[in-house]
Amino acid sequence: MSALTIGVPSKGRLQDDTIAWFADRGMQIVRDGAEREYAVSVKGIRDVTVQLLSAGEIPRELAAGRIHMGVTGRDLVHERIANHEQVVDMQFAMGFGYANLIVAVPAFWIDVETMHDLDEVAYDFRRSHGHPLRIATKYHNLARQFLHEKGVAEYRLVDSQGATEAAPKNLTAEAIIDITSSGETLRANHLKVLDDGLILPSEAMLCVSRTANWGAVSKDARAQIEAHLGIAF
Amino acid sequence: MLAMPRSGTAQAALDRAVSILSEHLADTGATRLDLPHIYEADALLDLYGEDLRARAFVYPDPDQGRELCLRPDFTVPVALVHRASGWDKVASYTYQGPVFRRQPPGFQRPVEFVQAGIERFGEDDPVAADVGVFKTLYRGLAELGLDEPEVTIGDLSIPFALLNALEMAEHRRDSLRRHFWRPTRFRDLLMRAQAPSDAREVPVDDLDRRAADAGEPVGLRSIADVTKRLVRLSAARRDPAMTVEQADLIDGVLQIRAPAREALAQLQRVTADAGVDLSVAIRRFADRVEALDVAGTDMDGMIFDASFGRNLEYYDGFVFELRAPGKPGGHPPLAGGGRYDAMTTYLGASSPVPAVGGIIRPEAVLEALA
Repeated sequence: MSALTIGVPSKGRLQDDTIAWFADRGMQIVRDGAEREYAVSVKGIRDVTVQLLSAGEIPRELAAGRIHMGVTGRDLVHERIANHEQVVDMQFAMGFGYANLIVAVPAFWIDVETMHDLDEVAYDFRRSHGHPLRIATKYHNLARQFLHEKGVAEYRLVDSQGATEAAPKNLTAEAIIDITSSGETLRANHLKVLDDGLILPSEAMLCVSRTANWGAVSKDARAQIEAHLGIAF
Repeated sequence: MLAMPRSGTAQAALDRAVSILSEHLADTGATRLDLPHIYEADALLDLYGEDLRARAFVYPDPDQGRELCLRPDFTVPVALVHRASGWDKVASYTYQGPVFRRQPPGFQRPVEFVQAGIERFGEDDPVAADVGVFKTLYRGLAELGLDEPEVTIGDLSIPFALLNALEMAEHRRDSLRRHFWRPTRFRDLLMRAQAPSDAREVPVDDLDRRAADAGEPVGLRSIADVTKRLVRLSAARRDPAMTVEQADLIDGVLQIRAPAREALAQLQRVTADAGVDLSVAIRRFADRVEALDVAGTDMDGMIFDASFGRNLEYYDGFVFELRAPGKPGGHPPLAGGGRYDAMTTYLGASSPVPAVGGIIRPEAVLEALA
């Protein structure tokens, strides 16, 4: 059993950027086996294990204290852990994985620019269509919280775990709440972001679990990592 | 907070409390209902809105491709029973059992707790029905050994009557009425109404083409929906601003909080000064206060709070809450309820059906007595 476990995204751009980020700071994360193997270690630091996990699972593992540190998006920490301040420290913004969680509606809705408009439209929509206006998202908690703050009342969240931007085109929703980086996918799907529809600017965060077992050996390993990275947590 | 298993004396105490309440509620002559715990989520939760939906335990039913939920309260389930028997009937129902609500993390409230309650439908005399429900629950607490609870009452028909009585554009009245239960948004709308000249320029020419040029129509809303709203927005720009006096009056009425008789006097004074006629709503309020007095409650301790009930979307008239004497606000109320005539139209009634009800939480009562 190693003294400290770091959760690293298991695939895609986020994984590559994470490994490069650590490498730039003198921490080589290397795969032990073949390409598909999920066994990874850190060169030069004893007692540290790297676990490849889906970025979406990392917040939960941090909250449960099963990993000491982890790399994941700010959006996922906010969405997956309701009381995240109490259990996870988002210690360091890593400077990649930029994305904004936003509210987007069809671009042809030229009468809708703000959340205030969206609320009025939702009210009219329910009366004319007989069911609430549907908003597709996988960010159920952040969406509800934001819509509640903005006083949007008559809507229904529709779960969408992928290709959320296509929901209006597929007639499964009227609006979406999702992350976007360049906005290109939104435009390609005939959507636009509302003026006051920014819910959360997100980027990759190096997070520290408050609930993990921080014994002397773990603290020691953490000090070694801090020394390598040149940052003090 | 998850519930703990109950056994021994704790279980016996709750059983006894529930059976006392059950008998007490049945003595009113109400029909006893035994209701399902599990409902189809869409059918039930559409009526509560997305906020309460977020607090319901919803889970998939993969065999049927639908979602189910545990009942978050009894009001809608009971109203659905009444709908099946016919909206034109006069009827009352009692029920008891656990309800299930998710609680925010770190919030020390149970996710399941027992309610025992009564709902009354179709009675012509609203004051008699309001006071009847109040008395039933007040005496129910006494039957359990809890005397002289702290009482807060409100009456949402008063601010609604005020909004109806004031001279203002209909679209403004509509949005204030429907956002009454969301105080922050309500305040925002009041501010907007006072400065409509700030509203943006609205194009009115060539709307179909403009909309079509902006992007392919996606989703169920149509280009006609968009252009119709633009025309309406454009017309609304000519509406005069809400006066500061009107906004202050609305604020002033919502801020009234005082012992019931004094609150009544304040309400009469404030509306008379403003020259607004709320006589129907105020008379009903006065009659109710008189009837509550006769009912033997402690009138000096009864607080009227004009904003009370603004967090409970479906209430639209008399509302009340009974708390353990001397317990701070963090404890749940022991009993509470109110009138929700308008909700019956959401359930399909062609016009609002008189509906009022309330519940006791026996576990909270036992805790207060311990």
